[in-house]
Amino acid sequence: MSAEPKPAYKASDFKSDIAPIWCPGCGDYHVLLSITRALAQLGKPPEQVAIVSGIGCSSRIPAYTNCYGFHGVHGRALPIATGLKVIRPDQTVIVTTGDGDGYSIGGNHFLHACRRNLDLTMIVMDNHIYGMTKGQPSPTTEPDLDTALTPGGTGLRPFNPLVIALASGANFVARAFAGNIGQTTSIIVDAVTHPGFSFVEILSPCVTFRPDQRSWKTQVHPAPVDATDDPARAARRIMTDDGFNLGVLYRGNRQPYTPKFGGSGCDLSELEREFEL
Amino acid sequence: MSDKADAPSVSTLSDLLAVAYQIEVDAIERYKMLAEQMETHNNVELAAVFRDLARAEGIHAAEIRRLAGDVDVAALGPEVGQWMTGDSPEAADLSSAHYMMSRAEALRMALAGEERALAFFEEVVKSVEDPEARELAKQLVEEEREHVELCHQLIRRHDKPLRRLGVEDPDAPEPQG
Repeated sequence: MSAEPKPAYKASDFKSDIAPIWCPGCGDYHVLLSITRALAQLGKPPEQVAIVSGIGCSSRIPAYTNCYGFHGVHGRALPIATGLKVIRPDQTVIVTTGDGDGYSIGGNHFLHACRRNLDLTMIVMDNHIYGMTKGQPSPTTEPDLDTALTPGGTGLRPFNPLVIALASGANFVARAFAGNIGQTTSIIVDAVTHPGFSFVEILSPCVTFRPDQRSWKTQVHPAPVDATDDPARAARRIMTDDGFNLGVLYRGNRQPYTPKFGGSGCDLSELEREFEL
Repeated sequence: MSDKADAPSVSTLSDLLAVAYQIEVDAIERYKMLAEQMETHNNVELAAVFRDLARAEGIHAAEIRRLAGDVDVAALGPEVGQWMTGDSPEAADLSSAHYMMSRAEALRMALAGEERALAFFEEVVKSVEDPEARELAKQLVEEEREHVELCHQLIRRHDKPLRRLGVEDPDAPEPQG
């Protein structure tokens, strides 16, 4: 093997000096490792990357990296990221969120971010629970999960975020498991480099409020087929899988939306005249 | 988490040196993370254990650097020492951590890593054709066997009834489900 050039960046170049305060055992530690490794592989300097989040355990990620970061308000990471990407298309913009922040409070933004198809990457750390606020059910919680706040379970059908992303127009859909650091890293690299809106669901166990999720590491498995570019086929596959298929599941070819600046295409003085009283 | 198909390919001495070095670097990083986690959660006893384990892996990494001579293992390691899907074998499994874990549990975590590294180097001994690389792989197997034995000894010395959530924490979180 011949000596190859030294990589420009190491994962540690993307870590901040702030020590994470997640519970020991939390899957989000793995996700942080995967994100920093992916950024090192992408070879972009930290100042060309912005990580935007909402509220929740997963939304602490921007503080733990030394890229540009924005810890936004609950559910609003995507609008902030959208605005940033529109005005600074040169930046690599990554949204880190959770199933509560991203699908419940931010559910509407999720649909429209997929539809707009800006060149963004949305990483959702899904643990099927609100962890930071001590275990309330989220849109992906199983209907029969008996919690202190929902005795006997909510009885509600969980949200299927991957299918909703496909139906709404996301251009890249993947599922990863936090503990599979190598695979998660390569999926994030793939998601960031794929044009348009890339959606990555990472199963990230909450060992404190959902200790049953420790078994996820034995339940996950590689998706049996390669990614398709047909959203209907991808949706059928996802709707009939067991929720533990890992890999890139859909790789679309829609052109990303790129707003034009430097003129609206219409004469402003004419518009002004229309508003004259 | 590591298996043969997932592991980096080793065919030369410099490949093996780089992979062996990267294994130690990943282990150091992971033990430092665990030490930080324990400090954050005020388990200072365990934080010290993980810092000691990180120091021990640092000594192993320095030894591999010395053996490597002119081979720049620090540069080659991240290139050739990556596991495709899972995790570097000696890197502690973060998902096994608990804020009230005991010294024996931490040592069992270290033991699991040493056993995975042993299995990896045993596989290299079987598969690599380069005689120099095979010799080094045999040496690494012996070292990992010593580490496994050391972990067993330490676990026997420190094995006490496990501290458990809700037993010693008067304000333990209530798992749901």
